[in-house]
Amino acid sequence: MATTDVVMYDEEFNQIKTILSKLRADANAKLVFLVDKNGQQIAAHGNIDNLDTTSLASLTAGNVAATDALAKLIGEKEFSVLFHEGERDNIHISIVGLRVILVVIFDERSSLGLVRLRVKKASQDLNGVFESIMQKVEAEKAHSGGSFESPFAEITDEDIDSLFSE
Amino acid sequence: MTFINYASREINCKIVYYGPGLCGKTTNLQFIYEKTNPNSKGKLISLATETDRTLFFDFLPLELGNVRGFKTRFHLYTVPGQVFYDASRKLILKGVDGVIFVADSQRERMDANVESLRNLEQNLKAQGYDIRSIPYVLQLNKRDLPSAVPVDEMKAKLAIDNEPVLEAIAASEEGMGVFDTLKAVAKLVLQDLTKSA
Repeated sequence: MATTDVVMYDEEFNQIKTILSKLRADANAKLVFLVDKNGQQIAAHGNIDNLDTTSLASLTAGNVAATDALAKLIGEKEFSVLFHEGERDNIHISIVGLRVILVVIFDERSSLGLVRLRVKKASQDLNGVFESIMQKVEAEKAHSGGSFESPFAEITDEDIDSLFSE
Repeated sequence: MTFINYASREINCKIVYYGPGLCGKTTNLQFIYEKTNPNSKGKLISLATETDRTLFFDFLPLELGNVRGFKTRFHLYTVPGQVFYDASRKLILKGVDGVIFVADSQRERMDANVESLRNLEQNLKAQGYDIRSIPYVLQLNKRDLPSAVPVDEMKAKLAIDNEPVLEAIAASEEGMGVFDTLKAVAKLVLQDLTKSA
C-alpha cells in the first residue's frame, strides 16, 4: 500500500473537535469542517443540520486536488489557501500540514481577515495533533512487528455478505 | 488509503470506476443510486458537461451497515473516460482503496479498452500502487449488444491476473452485474484491511 491508512483515536478526535469549536467561535464562522485529502470527512463543528456534509467533503477534496494540479502546472508548489466569495456566504479553504483540508464557512458577521488570522493559529494546533496521530500509528506498527492490528483481522465472508443482504 | 475512525467507529473506503469513454461508469453509479434504500445513500453528484459527459467525477456515498461494530461507508467515484481528461483522472485515483475497470464489450471499442487499461496501470503506478496488488475487479459491460466480443476473448485481452471478472448490462432494467461487481470489489477491499499496513 502506498500510504499508511489514516487512523483516528478518541483522544485526538476530541482534541480536533476542541480546536474546531474554538476556531468557529474565534472566527465568528458558521461552520468549520475538516476533510482529508481524499474527500473523507474527519470532523465538523457548527450548524450542519441542513447541509450535505459528505458531498461537501468530496467536492472540497476535488477542488483542492484540481487547484493543486493547477499550481504544479505553473510551477508553484501549492496554493495553500482557496477562497470562494458568495453573495451571502463565503468559503475559506486551507491545507494543514500537507495532509488535511480545513474549511471555514462564514457570512457578513465575520471577515476574510479575521478568518485568515484564526485559521493560521488553528492550523498550527491541528498540525500538532496529526503529528501525534502519525507517531502513534508508527509506534503501534513497530510494536506489532510491522503489521498494524486491524479491527477487521478476523473478518469473514459472511460478514461481507451480510452487508449486501438488503 | 482507508480511513478508520475509532472515535466514531466508522470506516470509509474509496472505490473508483475506471474505463474508456461511454463504457458505462456513470450508468453503474446511477443504477446503484436508484436501487439503494434512501437511508443508506447520499446524493449522487455528477460534475458533467451539458451533454452529460463526465467532466471531473461522479460521486456516490453508500452506507453499507456494520462490520465488527464499525459503520462501513463506501465512496464511489467515476473518472471522466475521455482521453484528454487524463489530468483529472490522476487526481481521482488519489487515495483509492479499490478499482473497478468497466470494459465496453463492443468489438469496435476493444482498442479503447486496452488503451484505457494501460492508462489506469500508469496512473496507479504514478500514485505508488500496483494494479496486481490493489483490490481490482474487471467488469465486462454491455453484454447485450450484438457486437459484443466473447468473454474468453475479452479476458485474454484485458485480464491482468486472477482478478474477478463479471459480466454486466448496467443500462438494463435489472442492472445485471452492477451490484455483483460492487460486491466483488468491496469484498476485496475489506479483505485487504485484514492484512493492512
